[in-house]
Amino acid sequence: MLAMNYRGPGRVRADQKPMPEILHPEDAIVKVTRSCICGSDLHLYNGNVPDTRVGTTFGHEFTGVVTEIGSEVKKLQVGDHALVPFNIACGKCIFCRQGLFGNCHESNPQATAVGGIFGYSHTAGGYDGGQAEYVRVPYADVGPTVIPPGMDLDDAVLLTDVVPTGYQAAEMGGIQIGDTVVVFGAGPIGIMAAKCSWLFGAGRVIVIDELDYRLEFAKNYAQCEVYNFRSMKDPVLFIKKITDYLGADVCIDAVGAEATGSAIQSITGRKLLLQAGSPTALSWAINSVKKGGVVSIVGVYGPTGNFIPIGNVLNKGITIRANQASVKRLLPKLIEHVQNGILEPKKLITHRIPLEEVADAYRIFSDKLDECIKPVLITSPINHSSTEQRETHHEKYH
Amino acid sequence: MKNITDIASSLDDESRIQNEPYSKDRSQIRGWAIDANSKNDPTFPMRQRHKESTKNHDWQRPSLQAVTTEVLHSNERPNLTATFGTASPPSGLSGTIRRFAFKYSEGKIIHWLALLLADRVNVLEGFGSDLRKGYAPNILKERGTKAAWKHNPDAVVKKVIIGVAILTSIAIILNRKQKKLACKNN
Ligand SMILES: [Zn+2]
Ligand SMILES: [Zn+2]
Repeated sequence: MLAMNYRGPGRVRADQKPMPEILHPEDAIVKVTRSCICGSDLHLYNGNVPDTRVGTTFGHEFTGVVTEIGSEVKKLQVGDHALVPFNIACGKCIFCRQGLFGNCHESNPQATAVGGIFGYSHTAGGYDGGQAEYVRVPYADVGPTVIPPGMDLDDAVLLTDVVPTGYQAAEMGGIQIGDTVVVFGAGPIGIMAAKCSWLFGAGRVIVIDELDYRLEFAKNYAQCEVYNFRSMKDPVLFIKKITDYLGADVCIDAVGAEATGSAIQSITGRKLLLQAGSPTALSWAINSVKKGGVVSIVGVYGPTGNFIPIGNVLNKGITIRANQASVKRLLPKLIEHVQNGILEPKKLITHRIPLEEVADAYRIFSDKLDECIKPVLITSPINHSSTEQRETHHEKYH
Repeated sequence: MKNITDIASSLDDESRIQNEPYSKDRSQIRGWAIDANSKNDPTFPMRQRHKESTKNHDWQRPSLQAVTTEVLHSNERPNLTATFGTASPPSGLSGTIRRFAFKYSEGKIIHWLALLLADRVNVLEGFGSDLRKGYAPNILKERGTKAAWKHNPDAVVKKVIIGVAILTSIAIILNRKQKKLACKNN
């Protein structure tokens, strides 16, 4: 089968790899129909996540048709078209039972600090991911959710990570009616977090980024204020000025380790790897939030450590909330929001690229070329009328 | 159930303070839980603790995946998880470095630095395995240069110029050193 194959920092290709097999009675094999590249895949792509082994396949955002199930799979059936949450969760451990499906204790032997994630290095369990024609899906009765009839595959695939992560970013912000929310990062997650902030009753939503095309998109899609930090000397001071010199009630870091905006953080965090990524957005979030406010982190960082102003966290009495999104917990509500037209995730997809050209897809997304917001890899086209129509309409790259 | 003194004495730890058993009758502690307020839970909405007991390890483990390949595991857990990935098992020099890394816990920086080093060694091994299969990797294609050229040719040109400049300066420096050595030897 064809699969994305990681060869080293900045180098990927599409290769023939052996078909995945059932290795556990609760496994399923899924024929992938849609697979996205995620901002957090770029940390792997750039070689910044420890234990990213050559030859592995990335991809944690995918939909697919079940082709085979293990002996203990009871609910999911062969032929089901499912969306597969990015977290691999057993559903039985104390963490899963508390709704912490992103923190399962039975899916990742290599690290206790992170649950299993598809195609996200051995530090997240050593699973091959969904940027392939087929993928092994463990705990098939726990995470995978049959796509409701009539739902567009492009909406479904974004329910595997982007929508729940953006939603949980806002949820963890503990937004109260009328609160001012600042979202750092106008990538797909940041845009979705801004959109979802309104659902919790925010009074004002502000998005900060460095790319005008993304800010323009965010402004229209999430009906929010947008500002380019490249056009200001000091983003923290700017936010203080536009919030009555008190700061925002809630700040969301939707950037993570690849942040730009501070030379010293970029050099030490992204080039020299002296810290686990560049925490520029997080530092801005801590410094721009109101005393007693909340900082919500969904941007991904590595496991070692970062230079952040923790003293200010103490002195300002900030609450920090952070987690990998618990996709399964949020899915019922979010599927409803999509079906009711409250959230329209597929509008984020700007590029559809065949799996064969995965190297170009990574380059476009990584270098933010061609006004890319969210690229989806097309593996095996299947009959899905509304989707096929979109393909002819929206195919930007081909 | 083990009490904390048993656990403490079973650990390879320098501290040997005698502790009270932690399963002590809490009714003997004056004021225990008088100000407990389940609404003051900053972990909401991530945790839903009230629904479940949070006793350690009281879950029935899923069936265990058969171990058919080498799987390293964090020493912060006693065993493998019920499922695990089997992509790219450790091999070669990078594998040796990874095995070394896993002797240290996730809290130790050496664990992660060793893994990053292994990743870089693994890239070189990747070239080796490609060549052994008679396959010469097309690095320009793997780096998505076609797309970069199509959408941002200036950046590609800039990268090429910087690359050539670095290579030329290295060549000049090496050349000078060789000449100096030649002079000395004469
Ligand atoms: Zn993702
Ligand atoms: Zn679990």
